[in-house]
Amino acid sequence: MAQFEPRIVAFLCRWCSYTGADLAGTSRLKYPPNVLPIRVMCSGRVDPTFVVNAFRKGADGVLICGCHPGDCHYNEGNYNMMRRFPLVRKLLAQFGVEPERVRLEWVSASEGDRYAEVVAEFTDEIRKLGPLEWAPMMAPPPVQTAESVVTAK
Amino acid sequence: MPTLTIDGQTVEVEEGKTILEAAEQLGIEIPTLCHHPLLEAYGACRICTVEMQRGKRVRMVTACNHPAQEGIEVQTRSPRVLRHRRMIVELELGRCADLPVLRKLADDLGIDRSRFGTGEHECILCGLCVRTCWELVGARAISFANRGTDREVTTPYHEFSDACIGCGACVAICPTGVLKMEDIKGRKVIHSELTLGPQRAIRIPFMQAVPNAPFIDPDECAHFTTGECKVCAKVCPRDAVDHQMEDQFEEIEVGTILVATGHDVIDCSEMLRYGYGLYDNVITGLEFEKLSHATSPTGGKILMSNGEPPKSVAILHCIGSRDENYKEYCSRVCCMYSLKFAHLVREKTGAEVYELYIDMRSAGKGYEEFYKRNLEEDVVFIRGKGSEITTWPEAPGEEGKLVVKCEDTLLGTVRRLPVDMVILSPALQARADAAKVAQTFGLGCSRDGFFLEQHPKLGPVQTASDGIFIAGTCQGPKDIPDSVAQGAAAAANILSLVDRGSVVIEPITSVVEETTCGGCRLCISVCPYDAARFDEEKKVSVVDEAVCKGCGTCVAVCPSGAAQQRFFADTEIMAEIDGLLAEIGDRHQFPA
Repeated sequence: MAQFEPRIVAFLCRWCSYTGADLAGTSRLKYPPNVLPIRVMCSGRVDPTFVVNAFRKGADGVLICGCHPGDCHYNEGNYNMMRRFPLVRKLLAQFGVEPERVRLEWVSASEGDRYAEVVAEFTDEIRKLGPLEWAPMMAPPPVQTAESVVTAK
Repeated sequence: MPTLTIDGQTVEVEEGKTILEAAEQLGIEIPTLCHHPLLEAYGACRICTVEMQRGKRVRMVTACNHPAQEGIEVQTRSPRVLRHRRMIVELELGRCADLPVLRKLADDLGIDRSRFGTGEHECILCGLCVRTCWELVGARAISFANRGTDREVTTPYHEFSDACIGCGACVAICPTGVLKMEDIKGRKVIHSELTLGPQRAIRIPFMQAVPNAPFIDPDECAHFTTGECKVCAKVCPRDAVDHQMEDQFEEIEVGTILVATGHDVIDCSEMLRYGYGLYDNVITGLEFEKLSHATSPTGGKILMSNGEPPKSVAILHCIGSRDENYKEYCSRVCCMYSLKFAHLVREKTGAEVYELYIDMRSAGKGYEEFYKRNLEEDVVFIRGKGSEITTWPEAPGEEGKLVVKCEDTLLGTVRRLPVDMVILSPALQARADAAKVAQTFGLGCSRDGFFLEQHPKLGPVQTASDGIFIAGTCQGPKDIPDSVAQGAAAAANILSLVDRGSVVIEPITSVVEETTCGGCRLCISVCPYDAARFDEEKKVSVVDEAVCKGCGTCVAVCPSGAAQQRFFADTEIMAEIDGLLAEIGDRHQFPA
């Protein structure tokens, strides 16, 4: 049987992490192809609803990458994300999603190798957690019709 | 203004001048021992004694501290003066016979030997050192002790004095050379014979410095230690020296910035196996450059620390570069300057030159040709990095030499090269404060600490921050032609911005939809640029698009969705998520 290949949505800040990912590519570093990157101007732009929506649409994990603390191109955008992050995890836990499925990492523009490492590690972790069956979990219980009741009996 | 006559010549001098100064004005020389123009007149040695006549009264006075009074007549070489002077010199000779300064005076006066015997003291007790220490430097570390024949210059109780700041002024002023200075502070002296070592407190940074003017190093200057001295200010004919001057911080508003902060050189003394700082004749490339320069203390001659020209020189490449223990990258400039050094050593001294290299990197216009020329000049090229420098001889011919150990990878053998001088080519590295500078200007740093350009090929002088450019070795190791080219490129980029007079800003800014904004002001609290402000009249937030840099933080916090970012609107990102996660074949399997 083929191995489970998770789908991971990554929100990468345009200045550090996206450039870092670019560097990983131009440096010909090998890392799992499971990550689907979305470029945002700053990690501070990542709205918790993006994360929830990604899970709703079928993602198995969400990775958020920003500049290292103190290195933000916009001075403090990554600090805003840092403060928002525990709330995101709490919110997901309330929805029944393992908080480990979302991760916040700092990747600078020069850290192509680190980006590759983070992606490999995170993909492994999500692979262990297995697919996120969000849709069945959140679906309303099946309506009990007379027919079904009869069949069940 | 008193007028007086000296040796028959009349002179008018300023009020308060001494006879000695008046004589100087006329060009008449009066010998002195204890006098110095920067110090108060002391009258200790009496050598300057002259004959002075006022009215009918004739007296013998010391010229150095007797005021030049109105109407006096002075004789500086009359028989009586010379008789007195001979007596004084003979008395001095009776104390210290072998001093060149006294010998010269004695010869001038025709004294063969002193009738008072020949003393063996070296100090003439002129007190110049003591007065310098007290009056000029203000350290007050030395003084006279004892009386009569036991009188001497010393520190209190003959003990090491904490008051001494080690300025060396007493040594510099001593006319007999009896005072000597020892390097007890352990300050590093490179090539002590060549005075490449300790610097003067007031100096011009280097020959080509712009502006080419001296500056005072407050860490070295005696004035900033004792509060006195100021000799430089006293001797400066233009009154240009100002010790009160302080660092001034000016705020300048500019539109563009060029960061060209350069590089540091790795500290070779960390790499103990090369013995830098331990052996006198192990020097770095920069020190050799100083030595070989036409304005060096040796006048451009290549000499060892003992003043002899070397018979053999080894030049070691890649000290700290291309080395996983230090810097992994190639420093790029060393191969070519090492070749230049080899050429200079061959030309100036004819010494045997060994170049120890890993790979010869002579890429550049005319560089390979220069390498070939060196080959023809009989420079010995050894492929292999020098691994150690030792002074421990293992074979005859190695005594008193620096032995460079290396593996010659072309011969496939380990070699020991006995040489007189070793030149190390240390790695170029990012400046120690590069991270701080990067943070100040919003620049990125690569892993080795050099500033990151916008794009390695297409944006080599631009940076992630608009209007801030980089050039030179702050971006990475490079030689002078490359630095000049990069600097010129950055200047051209800057000029095009200046010429245009306006800048184009990114359209990715935030906008607040007035009709849905609830006026919670969350966006204002998170904006790092104060681009969002509150319109009191409409009770909504407004974004100043010229100030907004488009980070989108305000959009993320907006509870009503009124704040939106152009090109990164919520709907657009949601659509991206949808697109990325659209079902393609089997949900959990990638196509093979």
